[in-house]
Amino acid sequence: MSLLEGRTGDWEIVIGLEIHAQVTSKSKLFSGASTEFGAEPNTQVSLVDAAMPGMLPVINERAVEQAVRTGLGLNAQINLVSIFDRKNYFYPDLPQGYQISQFLDPVVGKGEIEIDLADGTSRTIGITRLHLEQDAGKSIHDQDPRKTLIDLNRSGVALMEIVSEPDMRSAEEAGAYVTKIRSIVRYLGTCDGNMQEGSLRADVNVSVRKPGGELGTRSEIKNVNSIRFIREAIDYEARRQIEIIEDGGTVDQETRLFDPDRGETRSMRSKEESHDYRYFPDPDLLPLELEQSWVDAIRESLPELPDEKKHRFMGEYGLSVDDAAQLIAERETAEYFEAVAEGRDPKIAANWVTGELFGALNRTDTDLSASTVSADMLGKLVDLISDGTLSNRLAKEVFEIMFETGDDPEKIVEERGMKQVTDTGAIEAAVDDAIAAGAAQVEQYKGGNEKILGWFVGQVMKATQGKANPQAVNEILRKKLDG
Amino acid sequence: MAVDRDTVIRVARLARIKVPEGDLDTLAGELSNIMGWVEQLAEVDTDGVDPMTSVADMKLRWRADEVTDGGIRDRVTANASDPRDGMFSVPKVIE
Repeated sequence: MSLLEGRTGDWEIVIGLEIHAQVTSKSKLFSGASTEFGAEPNTQVSLVDAAMPGMLPVINERAVEQAVRTGLGLNAQINLVSIFDRKNYFYPDLPQGYQISQFLDPVVGKGEIEIDLADGTSRTIGITRLHLEQDAGKSIHDQDPRKTLIDLNRSGVALMEIVSEPDMRSAEEAGAYVTKIRSIVRYLGTCDGNMQEGSLRADVNVSVRKPGGELGTRSEIKNVNSIRFIREAIDYEARRQIEIIEDGGTVDQETRLFDPDRGETRSMRSKEESHDYRYFPDPDLLPLELEQSWVDAIRESLPELPDEKKHRFMGEYGLSVDDAAQLIAERETAEYFEAVAEGRDPKIAANWVTGELFGALNRTDTDLSASTVSADMLGKLVDLISDGTLSNRLAKEVFEIMFETGDDPEKIVEERGMKQVTDTGAIEAAVDDAIAAGAAQVEQYKGGNEKILGWFVGQVMKATQGKANPQAVNEILRKKLDG
Repeated sequence: MAVDRDTVIRVARLARIKVPEGDLDTLAGELSNIMGWVEQLAEVDTDGVDPMTSVADMKLRWRADEVTDGGIRDRVTANASDPRDGMFSVPKVIE
């Protein structure tokens, strides 16, 4: 358990998240207007989305299917009857004066997922529910000195609100949770997970307590749109609350905003008094009823999910949680890895994918789909190591060239003469030269300085341009020096 | 259930309805009467009866996920008092 140290002892952070994930669908939840991102203001607005009098909502079949698919991916209960409610509040970007949401009877109930932590452990986090609701429009505050401008293109787009249990105990766990949810919805194709465009954003509930004590008063940090900001906001907010309590104050239950520029949260008092939403069933919509057979058909069509894949990689390939978690984060990465591992040593394959490949992709800010090194090519490189053609060190050099040129490893090795020298005759000659040149070092070695061996290895590698098989060099050196 | 003055003030505020001071007591009385009238329904035993969601026996209608609407910005903003660049404009609201 990760605790925060305060002046009066240790504190435990309690975190729950509400993730808003935009449903991948062509049209909106209750209207036929497009959901495409980035269109000219108000060009993707139907009279339903603009809340013109007399307009009636009609539910989008695909949005329901996506919510159910996501619920199944969260190992959750699917409710065959659910109810749409009106959540009433006034804001300029909410033309209806209410958001159509689900309150007491959501379409998806309790579920659970696993999160993977940096220390190589996994934890289970409970899902409270998932419900469907409408997104609001967009308020633009910075284009006019006295006016707020309203674009309703996003108004009525389908969102899934995924609510977690307050099961997380650190910023790291919250980050890992969002990472896993994002991974799951991307596997399922139910949300594109694009946090920059706001397709996935989180409200973070944070409170602190003495370990094992009663739950403290929580604050809710609204609309945080990156995993890094979620972690920063939690760390700041927990510190702030601990300080208030230790100074003898009490934490207010309130809504706060995270300011990424200053790295702090601040109160959003203006909306406080309107927190009485007066939910009631929307009289425009009958209950949402699902057939069990329809739900079953969706279940049948689910792909292998991140956690299942992770366990399979650990069981079938003997990978560590850490390697497996890295490889399954994106479906494409997992497929790439499996192509490399096919018929080869999976641990070596995993090391090359998570090590050299991820390193090079990160360094050049490249997406795996744009990688110059295909899974097939990386597989051939692994083969060249296994059959002794390349040492690990040479293989890394070959990899760099592959990544730069997109050339086949066999071609690179052939053209540049990068084959490892396993010919003991050549190595022996180089060892003899090194020993002849290093009379002083030989004395030191005989005097018991084992470390000096490294000097000889260095000389031999220099003489062979790094191509000598390190194992063979060591063996021959020892034989000659000890003999 | 009796509705008092404070409740009337709060409900009016939530609904953004301006109620003159002098009307508060009258409204409290009227709303109390309405609540009392509705509360008579509680006398009926509804144990084991599912909530009625519609007077007609019908199911929620579903639509296919197709883009069939939009592209009517002029109609959407036709009644806006002061549209800017195709957007509605309202007095500045800052968090």
